[in-house]
Amino acid sequence: MASHLGGLSGAPLVRVESLVRSFGPRTILDGLSLDIEKGEFVALLGRSGSGKSTLLRALADLDDKVSGSGRLETPDKKSVVFQDARLLPWKRVLENVVLGLDLPDAAERGRTALEEVGLSGRETAWPIELSGGEQQRVALARSLVRDPELLLADEPFGALDALTRLRMHDLLRQLCARHQPAVLLVTHDVDEAVTLADRVLVLDNGAIAADIVIDIPRPRDHGHRRFGEFRSALLRHLGVETKPVLPV
Amino acid sequence: MNAISNTAAVAFPVPYASDQRGVITPAVQARKTATRRRLALGRAIPFGALLGPALLLVIWSIGSIAGLIDPRTLPAPWSVIGTAIDLIAEGKLQVHLMTSAWRAAQGLVYGVLIGTTLALISGLSRLGEAIIDGPVQIKQAIPTLALIPLLMLWFGIGEGMKVTTIALAVLIPIYIQTHSSLRSIDSRYVELAQTLRMGYGEFIREVILPGALPGFFLGLRLAVTYAWLSLVVVEQVNATSGIGYMIDLARNYGQTDIVIVGLVVYALLGLGCDGIVRLFQERSLSWRRTLAD
Repeated sequence: MASHLGGLSGAPLVRVESLVRSFGPRTILDGLSLDIEKGEFVALLGRSGSGKSTLLRALADLDDKVSGSGRLETPDKKSVVFQDARLLPWKRVLENVVLGLDLPDAAERGRTALEEVGLSGRETAWPIELSGGEQQRVALARSLVRDPELLLADEPFGALDALTRLRMHDLLRQLCARHQPAVLLVTHDVDEAVTLADRVLVLDNGAIAADIVIDIPRPRDHGHRRFGEFRSALLRHLGVETKPVLPV
Repeated sequence: MNAISNTAAVAFPVPYASDQRGVITPAVQARKTATRRRLALGRAIPFGALLGPALLLVIWSIGSIAGLIDPRTLPAPWSVIGTAIDLIAEGKLQVHLMTSAWRAAQGLVYGVLIGTTLALISGLSRLGEAIIDGPVQIKQAIPTLALIPLLMLWFGIGEGMKVTTIALAVLIPIYIQTHSSLRSIDSRYVELAQTLRMGYGEFIREVILPGALPGFFLGLRLAVTYAWLSLVVVEQVNATSGIGYMIDLARNYGQTDIVIVGLVVYALLGLGCDGIVRLFQERSLSWRRTLAD
């Protein structure tokens, strides 16, 4: 598989080779290989049960109870954003952001991160006092405050309403432009993948069935001619036939 | 046509389905507020906790005035108050109270410390659970009262026996509630701690202990009650001071009023302690939103 950023940085940031993961008799990941370059935004699509989350959990070192084999190289500095914000309800917002961060200027960094996600002034709020979108923004701040080289996101906007989701897309794009982490975004939303990613992978039967570079200039408009083409192509890979998009 | 659709709107107050213009008619709104049933409890009644006891006191007073209650069975409230004042003036009540409170406090402190420690060891390791959980469950099955003869043989009839009995009673609710609360901490938080690369100590401090706090407090409230209960038992079985001893002595001389004073003191102590624990509980668990809020 050729490097998609022209091999500027030499070795890829994430290297997955012949990864196998199985739950009992069911093989979820079947010899999957994948490289992610530094700063690259990769979206991972796939039907339910295709192994998206299994792959993400393997990269996040959260699968110690799962049997499998293969080679896995990931950077030390990585953060995970889950589908639920997963804030500790007994910690205030700022404490949640800097949780486990053992640095002398942790509080200062936390405040900056909250400012970046537009939540200055809510440092001392309890998580339960925030809306779903705000909670997920705190979770983003908690991930970014660690300066990750790799950001793993498991359907992070899946539980949000459509409007909030669009705002979160903008926010995530801005944050990624500023911090430049490599991102693996697991999603079932084709539009989300095409809007945000440099490269979209489709997972099927435990292996990568499609690897498509999205070269639409940013900021991306859903009305862009090629947006529809990418969407149709990806949907076809996901087993959904669509009618060609008619010009309005 | 319009009239029909309005009637329909009143009969079935579903604003979006029944009103195509997107405007909720006043009739629908009125109906909505009238029929909406609140599932939460509503606002707290100020000093609501005092209402029930006050009612009992009123019934007691009326019964005494009307002569319905024989003073030998239950003296009037004011004569009980008179006896209490006499006892305080003689200095007896304070001495007995301090003795009792000191016993209960010691038993409570030891019991809470031991119960919490056992719950942590048993909750956080499989081996700990295998070793500790069984004996604690066995202890739970044996009534405190039944242990007293054995404890008297082991510790004599002094303070050691009394404090041990109270501590043994107290550690049970603390252990059971803390342990179960600890074990039911959401595994998603454990995952989170793992991805944040928390150390074990930090994980215990930031995730496990705060997560187990609601259970600990429930255990503590039960423990305080258990402490007073066992106090009554040990003081009446064998003591030469304390509220229980005072009651037992008064029983021998048929002094019903002193017995009542003792019981009221027990009740006040129990209520007071429960109130203090609840205050701590509210402070520490202010992050929660429950049915009571």
